[in-house]
Amino acid sequence: MKPARFDYHAPASVDEAIALLARYGGEAKLLAGGQSLVPLLNFRLSRPAALVDLNRAAGLAYIHEAAGHVRIGAMTRQRAIEFSPVVRRRLPLLAEATTLVGHLPIRSRGTIGGSLAHADPSAEYPTALTALGGQVVVRGPRGERTLAAGELFHGYLTTTLAADEMLVEVRLPAMPDGAGFAFEEFSRRHGDFAIVGIAAIVVGDRGRCASARLVTAGAGPVPVRLRAAEEILEREGLSDAAVEAAARRAAELVDPPSDIHASTDYRRNLTRVLTGRALRRAIMRLNTLSPAPGERAG
Amino acid sequence: MSNTLPVHLTVNGHPREGHCEPRKLLVDFLREDLGLTGTHVGCEHGICGACTVLVNGEAARSCLMLAVQADGAELMTVEGLATAGRLHPLQEAFREHHALQCGFCTPGMLLTALDLLRTNPRPTEEEIRHGLSAVLCRCTGYQGIVAAVAAAAPALDRPR
Repeated sequence: MKPARFDYHAPASVDEAIALLARYGGEAKLLAGGQSLVPLLNFRLSRPAALVDLNRAAGLAYIHEAAGHVRIGAMTRQRAIEFSPVVRRRLPLLAEATTLVGHLPIRSRGTIGGSLAHADPSAEYPTALTALGGQVVVRGPRGERTLAAGELFHGYLTTTLAADEMLVEVRLPAMPDGAGFAFEEFSRRHGDFAIVGIAAIVVGDRGRCASARLVTAGAGPVPVRLRAAEEILEREGLSDAAVEAAARRAAELVDPPSDIHASTDYRRNLTRVLTGRALRRAIMRLNTLSPAPGERAG
Repeated sequence: MSNTLPVHLTVNGHPREGHCEPRKLLVDFLREDLGLTGTHVGCEHGICGACTVLVNGEAARSCLMLAVQADGAELMTVEGLATAGRLHPLQEAFREHHALQCGFCTPGMLLTALDLLRTNPRPTEEEIRHGLSAVLCRCTGYQGIVAAVAAAAPALDRPR
């Protein structure tokens, strides 16, 4: 047996799952898609007293569109998000980010709620949630609360969720029609975690930039919104020179870690290069139609 | 609390059952409890893809699922590809295009390729390479595997 022994529970409802979390007082782990947790169990890096398996809990997998928002249930598989016409039409940045999450067999099981709650700073979904200005709904014994991305991610692999709270839904405002977008990342092999990734969204017309969003992955312990770089575009427009200036500014705004995958300097340089690439691709897509079904990330 | 739980599932069209501890991985359950050793155990943390099987029609790592999670599921393993003694068109193409040497990654490659072709029946070479990047092969350099999947695509795209 690879994992250490644990009590196994597969509750049928969210309320039951929360009651179990409370009962184990921080010694239980929620099991969503398992694509990050099960490796940790197999290596015995994580040895929880209990697993609360959400895969049999009802009503947590859905994609609903309403009033300019898209609501996605926490247990919605990444694969379902990738092929969802609603996501492709309303949240094309999320659709593109999803194609970069691991590989298709990983996305068959991996969930949006699990990825966000795991809070790996190199993962695509925390960055996409931040760039899209989304929120998560969290439920616990004391009721429900709604958190913006900035309030959810606390540090490396750490969120502000209490031990007896559970992420139940992701709420994302639909992207403005005609918005340009791109999710660029660099990894040594396709499907690996990004060494650095950049999400870009631009809204504008004829070189003018009404608003810009630039958010990093892998350049800090949590996704970093590059506000000062966004402001350069909003002030100076979408010319090549403004894009270059924003990319240079982006590199100054991050304080990336050094590890076996890459040095701080290399990650800072990647932040500049990828910000430029993401912006150029986003600008090319400005005011064209939403991507047709089947269009793949480049 | 009892140490083992019952697992009832369908594997390659046949109902199967067993009892195991909740911490037993699906790949170990397939191999040790059901005797289906065609699915290979490689890295045991979701990187190499050798243990890929179809769970309710979708490719998934069987080293990243607990056997008890597959209770009620429909699985397809490499043993389910050939029918009535005839190789599956993908297997035929692998043989034709020299898409295996040691064979260790082959079960994962075949089921990953099957899911890829069902999702995207006429993939470009780049899409095939992206799809197959989910499985590591240390012998072939991938050229034969990519050629085999490209060659098998039209056969799978025909209604059968």
